[in-house]
Amino acid sequence: MSPAWLVAAHAQLATLLALTTHGDPLYSRGVGWFVWVVVLIKVVVAFAVLLVSVMLMIWFERKLISDMQSRIGPNRAGPWGLLQTLADGTKLFFKEDLLPAQADRTVFHLAPYLSLVPALLIFTVVPVGGIVTISGHPFELQVADPTIGILVVLAMSSIAVYGVMLAGWSSGSKYPLLGSVRASAQMISYEAALGITTVTVVIVTGSLSTRAIVESQASAFWDWNLIRLGIVPFLLFLTAITAELTRPPFDLTEAEQELVGGFHTEYSSIRFAMFFLAEFMNVITMSGVVVTLFLGGPDGPVPHLPTFDVWFPSVWFVGKVFCFLFLYVWLRAALPRLRYDQLMTLGWKYLIPLSLGWLLAVAGFLVDGWWGAGIAAVALCLAGLLARAFSIGKRRGEHDPLLEPAGARVQRPSLLRLASLTPDRGEGDAPGGGGTGEVG
Amino acid sequence: MSDEFDASSPDADLFEEVVGVRRAPRAAPSETSEGAQELGTRSATPLEELRREEGAVLRIPEGAVVDVGDVDVERPTDETMIINMGPQHPSTHGVLRLMLELDGETVLRTKPVIGYLHTGMEKTAEELTYVQGATNVTRMDYLSPLNNELVFSLATEALLGIDVPTRATWIRMLFSELQRISSHLMWMATNGMDLGSTSMMIYGFREREMILALFEKTTGLRMNHDYIRPGGVAADLPDGWEDDVEIICDTVLRRTYEYDELLTGQPIFRERMVGVGSITADEAIALSVTGPILRSTGVSWDLRRSMPYLEYGQLDFDVIVGTYGDNFDRYAIRLNEIRESIKLVRQIAQRVPPGDYRAQDRKVTPPPRARIDESMEALIHHFKIFTEGFRVPEGEVYVAIESPRGEIGCYLVSDGTSKPYRLHIRGPSFVNLQAVPTLMRGGLIADAVAIISSVDPVMGEVDR
Repeated sequence: MSPAWLVAAHAQLATLLALTTHGDPLYSRGVGWFVWVVVLIKVVVAFAVLLVSVMLMIWFERKLISDMQSRIGPNRAGPWGLLQTLADGTKLFFKEDLLPAQADRTVFHLAPYLSLVPALLIFTVVPVGGIVTISGHPFELQVADPTIGILVVLAMSSIAVYGVMLAGWSSGSKYPLLGSVRASAQMISYEAALGITTVTVVIVTGSLSTRAIVESQASAFWDWNLIRLGIVPFLLFLTAITAELTRPPFDLTEAEQELVGGFHTEYSSIRFAMFFLAEFMNVITMSGVVVTLFLGGPDGPVPHLPTFDVWFPSVWFVGKVFCFLFLYVWLRAALPRLRYDQLMTLGWKYLIPLSLGWLLAVAGFLVDGWWGAGIAAVALCLAGLLARAFSIGKRRGEHDPLLEPAGARVQRPSLLRLASLTPDRGEGDAPGGGGTGEVG
Repeated sequence: MSDEFDASSPDADLFEEVVGVRRAPRAAPSETSEGAQELGTRSATPLEELRREEGAVLRIPEGAVVDVGDVDVERPTDETMIINMGPQHPSTHGVLRLMLELDGETVLRTKPVIGYLHTGMEKTAEELTYVQGATNVTRMDYLSPLNNELVFSLATEALLGIDVPTRATWIRMLFSELQRISSHLMWMATNGMDLGSTSMMIYGFREREMILALFEKTTGLRMNHDYIRPGGVAADLPDGWEDDVEIICDTVLRRTYEYDELLTGQPIFRERMVGVGSITADEAIALSVTGPILRSTGVSWDLRRSMPYLEYGQLDFDVIVGTYGDNFDRYAIRLNEIRESIKLVRQIAQRVPPGDYRAQDRKVTPPPRARIDESMEALIHHFKIFTEGFRVPEGEVYVAIESPRGEIGCYLVSDGTSKPYRLHIRGPSFVNLQAVPTLMRGGLIADAVAIISSVDPVMGEVDR
């Protein structure tokens, strides 16, 4: 007989499991040893797959961006340089772990974990496949399926902000401080747009569970939220998530050219590696979240062949995630970085009003076609007003005389004298005629 | 990190408040060897100095008549942060050090601090013969070494009073223009990098590589060639150089249109460049700024046109000017100057005449190696030129040419011996750098990086 406390603990854990994993048919027949084994295997497999895919993602990014920039990229460690990340990780592991004299010890040590752990946890609620049955026990291919699934994602991505913020703050150095100020401002601003677009998905689905969101899109690809909600929420979400991930062109927090390394300037050794790992892990998990919310997760046509229904949806999921991973690398290769004020402008002036208006319109259409049309019309009017306000504000800001053409300003005698020295000045076909006009 | 920190100052209290750690006291700026280079607190800085750091154009009247009301001396130090950018910073183009006073992300004051690459080249030149001199000056502006050699050689030849063969002159022009292309490509690359467009970085280097390959083929080196020397050039053009030049022109011209797609029309790029780092023509002239920065304000001042040297008078090209004097104009000017230089290179390549590539003056030009074996006189000349060097008549001269960065001038004084009495290079990077506080007015940190980039300083030339 087991001791009473063990039975009690088991019962409590079982209740907790049932709460956090309400949708999973695995728990429908109580929690026995088989359930524990399956859960354990799911956790271990998810962890391992995530780590390996991070390793591959770093390799993929380096290799792909090398191709785009006519370089070769890593090609020494392992076949096609596949083990390069492993080699780098090993190297970093054996490096000296420096602690700046002015750093806040505890927080400095804590920060990398605050970045890494949320990245891992987000992946647990992402459905990576359909429902699998092993020896009469059906279960979902996702680590956990809590009723509040998508809220876990939002909560974790908010906690990850603390990692970045505290890392910069605790370094006791000016550049990381600037980096963390940028990071907290950026991530908090973009979380608003992120949250609102997520709400758009949630009100259409009527559930916060990621599994339910995926299942509601399962019938056909025109039922994917990407199409069902109009493309706009998807684009908004993608932009917001790119900013949330601080991927280029929104990588202001670690802008090497401006802030040296941003929040992780003072980090070295394995702690630096953890930030690096967390960043790429976030890229993968957030791609998974985008796929879940807008592209039907593992949904897709499955060939009618034996065992295909078990594993083929996962192939769909991986394929869709892969498209986004490619997109992130592509963006990095193609785009310059935004400036801090431009980033804030984009977030507050465009993304948030647009996502809010779209949310109201979608909500209206859910009630009734007329409600939807009415709200859409009102939103359009408000958008017009907002655009007008922005243009007025912009014009007011443009009183800087420096922005006027240099030629329109008063020329002092010194300039005129120099101009007369220049033989070509004043002729009809002045050499500068072609000037910058050719470029536009 | 920064050394300017003084634990007794109000900054220290702010630091303690924000970061929660008391920093160890450090020597006050006045006690360190850095002395007056530091960006001091507002109250401790003289008014003229303060005004200049806020971006005033450095002119004596302005400094002298500064109105107390114009300068905010009373601004509390705990509202702003003084930050060091460089000399070890990824985007200060070498070892430039900027001290910035920041209010959040906005730059209030700027002070460029230079001297971290000072190697005493001008002083060294006084110990080197004129034969060795080109080897020395070529290391100054290491992104366009041939222009340094050219200006030094032109100055020496002016003092010597010798004529250079026509072919040598045309080869010099050819290489000068190719160098301009390679330097501007390098600028495009680093400017892209500074704005976060890493692809541009690689593309710029890729194209520059072709030009460097031709240089290597001709001179044996990729930089610091010592190719243009007093009396001509060191070697004739290699066989098949026309084909190489043709390929370079075709490829680079085609690629400049790819840059247009990647950057010029790119909305984010435009947002980052347009209206950033503006300067007026007046200010630019008052600051003695030359090159693309001056031309971006609309002043058509290009020494190739304004004071033609070599045979530029015979060639057909446009001087590219801008309108607004901002970063984007400077970008557009450099991009279009690459195209103009390609036009020039094509014209030059067609017109390089046959003949000698160096002056047939045995006092200046060393004899060919083969002659040394058969002629005693040649052996003596060879020995004299490479030990004592040739003597240059007494006199002084200032020669200026248009380098990719602006007017590079060489002031040379000879006392009649084989070594210069004084050599001074007017480095365009050095002069242009003093426009940085003016350009920086009202910018953000991200703009600071873009502005340093658009000034295009080469620290080897700044510090010499």
